[in-house]
Amino acid sequence: MSTIALDRYRQNYLNISYTAKSWLLSTDHKRIGILYMISITLFFFLGGIAAVLFRLELLTPQADLVKAETYNKLFTLHGVIMVWFFLIPSIPSVLGNFLIPLMIGAREVAFPRLNLVSWYLFMLGGLFTFVVLITGGVDTGWTFYTPYSSSFSNSAVVATIFGVFITGFSSIFTGLNFIVTIHKLRAPGMKWSRLPLFIWSHYATSLILVLATPVLAITLGLIAIERVFGVGIFDPALGGDPVLFEHFFWFYSHPAVYIMILPGMGVTSEIIAAFTRRRIFGYTFVAMASLAIAIIGFLVWGHHIFVGGQSAYASAVFSGLSYMVAIPSAVKVFNWTATLYKGSISFDTPMLYALGFIWLFTIGGLTGLFVASLAIDVHVHDTYFVIAHFHYIMVGASVMAYLGGIHYWWPKLSGRMYPEGWGRAAALLIFFGFNLTFFPQFLLGYMGMPRRYHVYAEEFQVLNVMSTAGASILAVGYLLPLAYLLWSLRTGSIAIASPWGASGLEWQTGSPPPMENFEEIPIVTEEAYTYRPESS
Amino acid sequence: MAEARAPTLDRPELPELDQESISLGMWIFLASEVMFFGALFAAYIIYRNAYPQVFAEASRHLNVWIGGVNTGLLLTSSLTVALAVNAAQLGKRKLLIAFLLLTIVLGLIFLGLKGLEYSQEFEENLFPGRNFIYPGPEPEKARLFFSLYFTMTGLHALHMLAGLLTFSIIVLLAWRKKITQENYISVELAGLFWHFVDIVWIFLFPLLYLIGRT
Amino acid sequence: MSSHITPRRTYIFVYLALLILLGGTIGVAYVDLGIWNTVAAITIAVVKALLVVLFFMHVKYSSNLTRVYVLAGFLWLALLIGLTLTDYLTRTSGF
Repeated sequence: MSTIALDRYRQNYLNISYTAKSWLLSTDHKRIGILYMISITLFFFLGGIAAVLFRLELLTPQADLVKAETYNKLFTLHGVIMVWFFLIPSIPSVLGNFLIPLMIGAREVAFPRLNLVSWYLFMLGGLFTFVVLITGGVDTGWTFYTPYSSSFSNSAVVATIFGVFITGFSSIFTGLNFIVTIHKLRAPGMKWSRLPLFIWSHYATSLILVLATPVLAITLGLIAIERVFGVGIFDPALGGDPVLFEHFFWFYSHPAVYIMILPGMGVTSEIIAAFTRRRIFGYTFVAMASLAIAIIGFLVWGHHIFVGGQSAYASAVFSGLSYMVAIPSAVKVFNWTATLYKGSISFDTPMLYALGFIWLFTIGGLTGLFVASLAIDVHVHDTYFVIAHFHYIMVGASVMAYLGGIHYWWPKLSGRMYPEGWGRAAALLIFFGFNLTFFPQFLLGYMGMPRRYHVYAEEFQVLNVMSTAGASILAVGYLLPLAYLLWSLRTGSIAIASPWGASGLEWQTGSPPPMENFEEIPIVTEEAYTYRPESS
Repeated sequence: MAEARAPTLDRPELPELDQESISLGMWIFLASEVMFFGALFAAYIIYRNAYPQVFAEASRHLNVWIGGVNTGLLLTSSLTVALAVNAAQLGKRKLLIAFLLLTIVLGLIFLGLKGLEYSQEFEENLFPGRNFIYPGPEPEKARLFFSLYFTMTGLHALHMLAGLLTFSIIVLLAWRKKITQENYISVELAGLFWHFVDIVWIFLFPLLYLIGRT
Repeated sequence: MSSHITPRRTYIFVYLALLILLGGTIGVAYVDLGIWNTVAAITIAVVKALLVVLFFMHVKYSSNLTRVYVLAGFLWLALLIGLTLTDYLTRTSGF
């Protein structure tokens, strides 16, 4: 084992070729993962800049930085980029692509060329957002509600929709690839019950990618058709129902939030297991919970339409189902906690992110139950309460899981260790900055501050200032890993094959892995997360 | 020696990706297509449920003859596709090419008739754009019907075009002897896609053309 | 690589059945059966689709895994339509 580990001149997927062509035409799932990582990082900072701008505007109750139309464009861009060009692809397309074949003991995904096509589609869709940026932006909100988006908005709606539509195919093809890969390319002995929980959660995510994304495609497509040809089905003047748009939009967009969280849950399971040196408590329950979340997550979309004009009966049904979807999520939180109990815990950077994930996901999830309750939602819908709720999940949980995963697998991806001190400092700064940004927003929303307004009542200013202060700390926190991870590529210490002593097939090959992943396809004889008691 | 060796059909390794697995990939894609078209069917069901009389009346403006003949053509093309795959399985290259060409011809006739139909409807000002004129009651609601009709059949036609293009490429590959009895997966996959497009039409035809005919 | 080769006769029979069903669906459309017209139209369409799926698309001879995904698409569509209808069928105003 150590002979593979320490030979830094050994050929691996990174040094096998340095040409641009070898990267841009690579069908190696590991290289494609890296391509995605670079792309989504760019989009993350673009979406972040939009947030910085509107958080600056929100320092004062009056409009002083931007006018209303510009503000609308800023939060729209923030939402569109962060959802479709950062969060949805983040863990699956970066870590999923890199790790799934390694974790199951395969040499490649099922359809490597399709994988490369996925990345190009993603980039092509992303190109459209740049077009939108320079042609004046889009102001409909990332939710594109009709009839504003279809009939009244004078902004670059069609271009944005085009971009999202094309990127959607990237999602569908990625999901398709993962499903076939996981079914068909597992190494001998890798039974379903021996798969790492990361794989289970990505399988569940892939189901959503494949079945939900097409509905978004056709729904947004209908908006574009209406704007271009005047052929519309959501226009009330034509007997259409704008609420139908909401049904279709949220049929995708609610499961989409599970696309954004399930992979993070998979990462968390891996990290918790590694840094408590134990099998995840209740492995089967956690695996089944992933599937349950994916399936039940398709049945709750109407909770976005409680006050939109949906019938009371349907609202009650959706509310009940929304409570049900919390159950498998809670099962996971309980199981992670039980794993921690009497575990041999070490607080390395990935573990800090994973612990942060559990805490922030719990708050986000519980507040989700608040808004799933019809009586409460009537008051907090369209307020900052909802914004705080989903940012606790999408930023507090998902982004932290992504960063935790990047740090945990950084030695595998790059062959280098990141500087642990900086890693921990950044994790703590991000945790602190995050809470300072978003906790006040729960209070603001509860007090009645509506979302998507660039002006607000005087009494909300203090909390807004706190929130913006938090956002600036968060911004620094996010820039730190960008800096030290890049720095580590040159000067980080050389990583061994298994720097954390964690279980998993990915740790049984070199850091970085050879292009064909394994010198010999492993034969699996053990359950996942098999840790032996240490003798030192 | 550090050559990427993804499992392929001609260099299988443990575990291997067989034809069934690749077809599975296509079926997963078709499941996503079901959801894609399906949302339009959902919209149709909801609006028809809300405006049954208007939809029935509007439907009567569609040309049942063209619709019926087109359905027959498409069903026949599914037969020829199935026979094409069969020919590929048996290694009968010329038969494969013949059946694929027949499929393409049938598909083109379908599209030609569809184009004829569309131009008829344009002339009657039934295209629900800015020049929509409807000679019946509640024109706005009838306009919904035509919006759905044009969107659904238009999208369907685009898919047919994609299928025909794919078949043309396969004909060329077969001509160059690149399709063999051991490797005819492209024919199988294109066939699956084509049959799916046929199934969409199997539902479109009665729902759009045959309501309100009594 | 082995996969089932369906005899050509089977395809012809399925095709003839499809044509008969096509005739049926057109014929039934001109007979006033009230609500049953829609039921008949959908039923015939489903039977035709099943014939295409099972025989032309070889699902009759496919693995269970493939069948699960064939089913999944249609099941999910049923979910979309069904749950959306819980709204539209229970509206007291608006629609």
